[in-house]
Amino acid sequence: MNHPAGIEGAVTNPTGIGASMRRKEDMRFLMGRGNYVADIKLPDMTAGVFVRSPHAHARIVSIDKKAALAMPGVVDVLTGEDLKTDGVGGLPCAWPVVGKGGAPTKEPAHPAIAQGKVRYVGDAVAFVIAESLAQARNAAEAVVVEYDVLPAVVGVLDAIKPGAVAVFDDIPDNVCVDWELGDKHATEAAFKKAAHIARISLVNNRLVGNPMEPRAAIGAFDRSRGQHTLYTTSQFPHIVKLLMGNFVLNIPQHKLRVVSPDVGGGFGVKQFHYAEEAVVTWAAKRLGRPVKWVCDRSEGFISDAHGRDHVTEAEMALDENGKFLALKVSTIANMGGYLSTFGPNIPTNLYGPLLAGVYTTPAIYCEVKAVFTNTVPVDAYRGAGRPEATFVLERLVDVAASELGIDKAEIRRRNMIPSNAYPYQTPVMMEYDSGDPGGCLTKALANADWNGFPARKAASAAKGKLRGIGLCTYVEACGLAPSRIAIRLGVRGGLFESAAVRVHPTGQVTVLMGSHNHGQGHETTFAQIVSERLSIPAENIEIVFGDTDKVQFGLGTYGSRSLAVGGSALWKATDKVIAKGKKIAAHMLEAADTDIEFADGMFSVAGTDRAKSFAEVALSAHFPVDYPLEILEPGLEEQAFYDPVNFTFPCGAHIAEVEIDPETGVVELLSYVCVDDIGTVINPMIVDGQITGGVVQGVGQALYEDCVYDPESGQLLSGSFMDYCMPRADHVPKVSVETHITKCTHNPLGSKGCGELGTIGSPATVINAVVDALSHLGVNHIDMPASPHRVWRVINEAGGAARVAQ
Amino acid sequence: MLIQFVLNGKPVAVDVAAYDLLADVVREKLGLTGTHIGCDTSQCGACVVHIDGRSVKSCSTLAVTLEGAKVTTIEGLASPSGQLHPMQQAFHEQHGLQCGFCTPGMVMSAVDFASRNPNPTPAEAAAGIEGNFCRCTGYQNIVKSVIAGAAAMRVVK
Repeated sequence: MNHPAGIEGAVTNPTGIGASMRRKEDMRFLMGRGNYVADIKLPDMTAGVFVRSPHAHARIVSIDKKAALAMPGVVDVLTGEDLKTDGVGGLPCAWPVVGKGGAPTKEPAHPAIAQGKVRYVGDAVAFVIAESLAQARNAAEAVVVEYDVLPAVVGVLDAIKPGAVAVFDDIPDNVCVDWELGDKHATEAAFKKAAHIARISLVNNRLVGNPMEPRAAIGAFDRSRGQHTLYTTSQFPHIVKLLMGNFVLNIPQHKLRVVSPDVGGGFGVKQFHYAEEAVVTWAAKRLGRPVKWVCDRSEGFISDAHGRDHVTEAEMALDENGKFLALKVSTIANMGGYLSTFGPNIPTNLYGPLLAGVYTTPAIYCEVKAVFTNTVPVDAYRGAGRPEATFVLERLVDVAASELGIDKAEIRRRNMIPSNAYPYQTPVMMEYDSGDPGGCLTKALANADWNGFPARKAASAAKGKLRGIGLCTYVEACGLAPSRIAIRLGVRGGLFESAAVRVHPTGQVTVLMGSHNHGQGHETTFAQIVSERLSIPAENIEIVFGDTDKVQFGLGTYGSRSLAVGGSALWKATDKVIAKGKKIAAHMLEAADTDIEFADGMFSVAGTDRAKSFAEVALSAHFPVDYPLEILEPGLEEQAFYDPVNFTFPCGAHIAEVEIDPETGVVELLSYVCVDDIGTVINPMIVDGQITGGVVQGVGQALYEDCVYDPESGQLLSGSFMDYCMPRADHVPKVSVETHITKCTHNPLGSKGCGELGTIGSPATVINAVVDALSHLGVNHIDMPASPHRVWRVINEAGGAARVAQ
Repeated sequence: MLIQFVLNGKPVAVDVAAYDLLADVVREKLGLTGTHIGCDTSQCGACVVHIDGRSVKSCSTLAVTLEGAKVTTIEGLASPSGQLHPMQQAFHEQHGLQCGFCTPGMVMSAVDFASRNPNPTPAEAAAGIEGNFCRCTGYQNIVKSVIAGAAAMRVVK
């Protein structure tokens, strides 16, 4: 099979590790036979519609259901008061963090439907259930809510001003947690010795994740068995089951089934326990009928958790040779109107520890204030904290290089962790196990023809265009997560992963995975691992996921963890299958099990030609006629749980070239080159797709996407695809993907993960290129998105298009 | 009111309200859930079907306008025996899909585009699917798929 250019793979088994086999899951999607939550119809099902607050901040004076209840087809209208009456709990935060001086994260109550007050435009105030969706929509219009509208606070800088509007009465300063990391004194001391200090103030723009499938949830209740079922668009059904059952609805775990069937993209947006999931599950029991809710896109803009939204001041201390001495970062991060599931963890634990990047900076201090505002809750979005850290660091490195007159590749090389220094302990918690960022950089510079740039710039200038080149080297912490470390950092649970390998009597295999596939190609990648280990073709392997009644406990998919953690669990499970197979074969072959080898699908006695095939052993395990039942159980099904000892640390170098039309401010992205170290690659074709897709999502942040609230009213101004500019096919250049592999040293696969690196590397890369194109105007930073308006304004403020001539 | 049209080669009669949209009718009343709804402003293209051979956003088409029309959804693209349409096959070969949600609309747009532009350049192919969002792939492999699918459609013709 063909490999995409630049990704190596040594293939001996056409469906094994390293093969670019085509995806097993494609057929149902290509034929329109996917099974998404919105496609599910249950007998006697009702339709639900949320009435949402049109105000960013208001007291609910009254809710009059009467007119709505009298409308045709209406079954019920539920409010926050009904939740209270039924003793339904609030939505929990699963990852609070510890602030300065041991101060805990403030976790205000988060009712699934607002009680007393609404705190953002989109906060749910009622749930209308009817026989049909049209009837529910009509009746939702008839629910009369009287509000006492309060002043709202939207931006993080406004939220921390003295006398600012308080989102919660008992949190007058709006600070959720004030967090710090690193050695403040060592950092201050290093700044005193600095020959040069580079400074930057920047905004990391707020984003809406917008997976193409809107969220949806169906609750169902079987009175005869007392059994609840929730169908939901979730990246982690088991976690929803645990959080919702245990903390919100008080449903014992054995009476709750959560199913996430085909899910149309996640990007983090679908890895939280959402209010709507609890409301449909609760309503279904009240009614004794299934209740279905499908989010409109417009509703998604005001109810899906948003991403990013930081304001940051950062300083880098350097010596006279451009060596980094210390880094100081101060960030204010938006939490929105309530805490989402992982809200406080994202701008802290997933941000501060990444500020070392791939550099040897000896002293780093970072402080982060997470603050409440009257906006949609903010949580993880593809990359989650790590793109924000990379953006700060890589922008600052470019500013320093410009100010010191050092080539941007050279300053990075001077400060880079050498490949022979791994494992490398950073001053901000992390120990990088492996990596060769210098090797990635060398390849990227060659692939992008870095040295040929001046000629290309001159050619652009001859056309009246401004050309820029941008570079970023990054590291990310993936493979979330070692439970021992994560629990110390505040997570309320474990972060291991699980796999079960069920060998059928006829030798085919069904695999049950605790991770969740929503576009990443798991049904193919995991089948390839099993194919490699057991030497059976991938067509004889089925991957099952997304149903808590079928799959053993698992933690789901986020943080580029599925392969590094879930794949490692699968590896361990296949180890156990092979170990038991050896014992069975030993009996069949009348040999000691220590003498049995397993290779190419055959269990053989070492040094002889006596052998039994995998299928023969599987059959013997299920029809134990001649079988050592006194010492060995029949059957061949093995399960493994894998808890990593460390994060994984993909790293790499990305280079972009842009051309700007100074008359219009339009930025054209001409080329994008990636060289990434992601550890062992299972399917190069899928990896190429994951990296390219991630890069383009990051390009969206850099050039197009912006979630904008009106600062006074708190109304979302970019609340549809007509206002929120997502990349389209004609926006994006060819992305060149290559790998430069060092293996992860602490998991059996050697894999690190590749799902998020695109959004981590590309915003800094693209903005560095845009700033480079404008640097002759004295521009040293531009905020994202570098939209035509913003770029045009920067050019004109710097003296206009007339100054383009260089 | 009762309307009659041809859906994926078979005549259908369905009772629709004046406000019913084609996307809702095929999904809810005719049970074909391959046509997806990804937005409410006719921007995303997940709902694209063919009406009389041309791609149309079914989320903005009133069902009552279909009397006598020939409608093809993603379910009607492969042959009755399950043989993929060359464009579907090209998306599979070129890894032109990830989560699969935009895929039906993307493929339907691509088929119509390729029938009018049998030998597109990458820029033409990208412009041809400009009305369809994909959040997963970064479009690169979709553009490759459209070009490969167009080439395969030429051969089939």
